[in-house]
Amino acid sequence: MTLKFVERIKPDVTTDIVYMMCPMHLLKLEEKMKELEKGQILEILTDYDGALEDVPEWCQKTGNEFLGVEDSDEYYKLYIRKVR
Amino acid sequence: MRKCYFDHVATNPLHPQVFEAMLPFFREEFGNPLSLYEMGMKAREAIENARALTGALINSKPSEIIFTSSGAEANNFALRGIALARQAEGKHIIVSRMEHHSILNAARFLEKSGFAVTYLPADKYGVVDPDAVKGAITKETVLISVVHASSEVGTIEPVREIAGIAKEHKVVFHTDAVASAGNIPLDVKEMGVDLMSMAAHQFYGPKGAGALYVREGLRIVPLIYGGIQEGGRRAGTENVPAIVGMGKAAELAKAEMAGRTEHVKKLRDRLIKGVLGVENVYLTGHPEGRLPGHASFTVEYIEGESMLLLLASKGMYVASGSACSSKALKASPVLLSMGIPSSLAQGSVVFTLGKDNSGEDIDYLLEEFPPIIKRLREISPFAKGWDEKEAGSKCYTTSSESPKK
Repeated sequence: MTLKFVERIKPDVTTDIVYMMCPMHLLKLEEKMKELEKGQILEILTDYDGALEDVPEWCQKTGNEFLGVEDSDEYYKLYIRKVR
Repeated sequence: MRKCYFDHVATNPLHPQVFEAMLPFFREEFGNPLSLYEMGMKAREAIENARALTGALINSKPSEIIFTSSGAEANNFALRGIALARQAEGKHIIVSRMEHHSILNAARFLEKSGFAVTYLPADKYGVVDPDAVKGAITKETVLISVVHASSEVGTIEPVREIAGIAKEHKVVFHTDAVASAGNIPLDVKEMGVDLMSMAAHQFYGPKGAGALYVREGLRIVPLIYGGIQEGGRRAGTENVPAIVGMGKAAELAKAEMAGRTEHVKKLRDRLIKGVLGVENVYLTGHPEGRLPGHASFTVEYIEGESMLLLLASKGMYVASGSACSSKALKASPVLLSMGIPSSLAQGSVVFTLGKDNSGEDIDYLLEEFPPIIKRLREISPFAKGWDEKEAGSKCYTTSSESPKK
């Protein structure tokens, strides 16, 4: 899967899991998505490389939209729009 | 023979109600808190209940409590976890010389790993000067750690003031509250601390359970990687009975704190007054700003270990400084940092009282301790000619106030 890079996306909710390892990115993703309304955007801050593969795959599996990733100096920002 | 336990800073007996609360989790409720069936869910619920109770003791949110195996683990976690999380911003940390070995040795480890560490001295009462903390901050400083109350001399540090200075300079502040949490009221929000360590066995809970308070939103690098326990910040299958015990002990400590404090303070004041009646015995630590059940002294011309052994032979259990220094037969670095000469620091003896001590225990101690000192001085090679000297100040503080050798 090719990663899409994005910039300046305005999230509705942010979850900061920098320094947390697998599978915290997936657990937090599921937990936070439950709190979102349809159409809202979740931002995940993580330095775990595996999230770059796992999060888009999770979105594909669950029918949510992976908007892309922004690479900052120390961690990634991943954006997901709740579709269902 | 009468038995008197005067070493509550080493550990406390388990509260019977804490024991009762823990029992089911050793027996029928042995499930893994991560298991999805009922047994697992019950264990999970018990842990989350304990988290809420532990948080309530220090006015934190449950989600700000990370359970650990001990106070020492919480201290290591705080120092190493914050230093590593912040190293891109700077590689300087500040600790005081009043700290426990779990802070000092973690700081030494960081020093070996490329961090610069400032070790701040304390004054004659063991108080760390907030202005000295301020003066030590550089643009590289990322963490300050100052103990809340010293287990060796009982002094309570000006943590709120130091936390304010840290905040002003955007530096993370940790306090080791192992000796004080559960014994005196603590409020993390009012104190303004970012991290705080505590241990259950210091307030009638079990050994094997500690906690680190981490302010919401603060990033910390885990000490132990693995599973998703403690929100992915501290891996390892939880010690469910001990965590449940910590929660129950925190609940009881909060409910009974005022009564317990008043009780031990009264006994402590009698003890201090009585022991200072013996010549050439000096109080260490702050005379007023100290833990309510804490009475620590240096006794001139004799060694702490010999007093400890003779007191134990009379059924009284005390400490002669920190457990680590005691075992190594070294003068306490904490006492030395307060300006107490090494020869006098060797004669350190620490009495720490608890809720189950009585007035009769203090009577017994005051009856038996002076003859023990007398006997040891009679056989001490250091005591030659001591009786020719005048009795010194009863509140020993600095080397300049020490009787001349």
